Amino acid sequence: MKLKTGPGYLILLLLVPLLFLYAFNLPVVQEADDPQELIVKGTENNPFSEENETCLRCHGEQKYELTDPVTGMVVRRPMSGSYYIDRDVFYQSVHWSFACLDCHLADYGEYPHALSLRFEPPYNCLDCHGYDETYARYKFEDIETEHLKSAHYTQTNGEFSCWNCHNPHSYQVLAREGKDIFEVVRNSNNMCLVCHGDPFKFGLVSDIEPTEIISTHNWLPNQRLHFKAVRCIDCHTEINDSLLVSHNMRPAEEAVKGCVSCHSSNSILMGTLYKYEAKESRREYGFVNSAIIRNNSYVIGANRSKLMNYGSLLIFGLTLGAVLVHTFFRIRFSKKHHNE
Amino acid sequence: MSEKYYFYPRWIRVWHTLNAILCLMLIVSGISLQYSDTDAPVINFQAAIGIHNFAGVALTFNYMIFFVGNLLTENGRNYLMRRKGLRDRLWKQLRYYAYGFFRGEKAPFPVGKERKFNPLQQISYVIVMYAAIPLLFLTGWALLFPEFILKKFLGFSGIFLSAQLHIAMGFLVSVFLVIHLYVSTMGRTPLSNFRSMIDGWQEAH
Repeated sequence: MKLKTGPGYLILLLLVPLLFLYAFNLPVVQEADDPQELIVKGTENNPFSEENETCLRCHGEQKYELTDPVTGMVVRRPMSGSYYIDRDVFYQSVHWSFACLDCHLADYGEYPHALSLRFEPPYNCLDCHGYDETYARYKFEDIETEHLKSAHYTQTNGEFSCWNCHNPHSYQVLAREGKDIFEVVRNSNNMCLVCHGDPFKFGLVSDIEPTEIISTHNWLPNQRLHFKAVRCIDCHTEINDSLLVSHNMRPAEEAVKGCVSCHSSNSILMGTLYKYEAKESRREYGFVNSAIIRNNSYVIGANRSKLMNYGSLLIFGLTLGAVLVHTFFRIRFSKKHHNE
Repeated sequence: MSEKYYFYPRWIRVWHTLNAILCLMLIVSGISLQYSDTDAPVINFQAAIGIHNFAGVALTFNYMIFFVGNLLTENGRNYLMRRKGLRDRLWKQLRYYAYGFFRGEKAPFPVGKERKFNPLQQISYVIVMYAAIPLLFLTGWALLFPEFILKKFLGFSGIFLSAQLHIAMGFLVSVFLVIHLYVSTMGRTPLSNFRSMIDGWQEAH
């Protein structure tokens, strides 16, 4: 009996291991936060947390009680979303160590709050962070300059401030700390969607007719994957070489729409989403734009392996060379045989 | 006049022609995607995506003709290899291509009623058709629906690994195509094997 090897062996040998890659798509264990982060945030480490409770007993709850000083009548009212502070979120934010009255006037310590307090303009970022060596690396002044040129500012009659995106009670720095790129993307895009995903909230800051995000991006293949892997601002801002995150939002018609802008060896993503990684990392994986691969991502056209490039050129060259040499000898020997 | 064998019935010729056209579309659009460039695009990126997706899906269905056809007809027999003495047979055929062919020696495994492919053809067709192409389909379909790919595998992105495997297999098929086309000119005359894919009859050589 003849022993024969069928192609089925090859299929089993090669395809079965791959099932582990696709079929058993198990959840990935969340990696620990950056070990270099030494500051331990949290309520217990804020020396003003007890003092802050004076404010948070109302502003930290979804409902607050209001007492009529004449009749003594007590009513419970829902706290407006814009005046609600989530304790857990606040004590993990960049301003976690603050007392409420560091930023809010001392008069807020009195209750009920006086109407005149409503007319006090809130601080903006530069009031604390501007022109101060301590914060020089963040370049707040340049961010302000960019913001004043952006569509966010020019198309809202100047009503749009830092706070519209960066809630001082919840904001966390991610891009600069080399956090997981997908988390950076998710947080950044959520910031945009607060207004751009909610026509009511959009109407609070702009008189322009809101657009529907999904349908206006229908031209984008694999839309869901793009939204998970790339920030809105990577296509909708003008790149600024000196800033880590560009703040000059361009009008929709000026957004990047050419696939090759990202899907090429000179991908703009290296100057936007992967700018921090590209600057900080020294390791090379032998790939063009290797910062993308280091972040467990992949961009067609932008991540060519240098080794595979040279290897494939060599193999292809050798193949063509062998064909040419074989052809040469075929012609030569065919003439020889013919003459004989 | 040499002996002729009806090796390529109509279904094989239709499958092979479609296979050739779709593979060429995939290779050209695939190279264009892999080496996409703002200044010198081979094909517009979005058009290349469309062509690659269409041709990839069509090639998968076309492969079914080949796979099922080989299961149901005698043609499948040509892809079964005898393990015993395989190395010797491969060496004999390689020596013939590299040396004996020019000396006018007789082919060690001539085409005959019972033999459509020589051992080198047989092993390369099996590797390409039963390993490289299915791997291309698996990784290609996975990249078409990337949400099903494992996020991380061996410390790398699942999409990245799938793409690298897809590119490597695509390159292997491209190299195979060059060799396949060249070896096809080594029939009784340089064009006789190509003619056999039109009328189905292959001349012995």
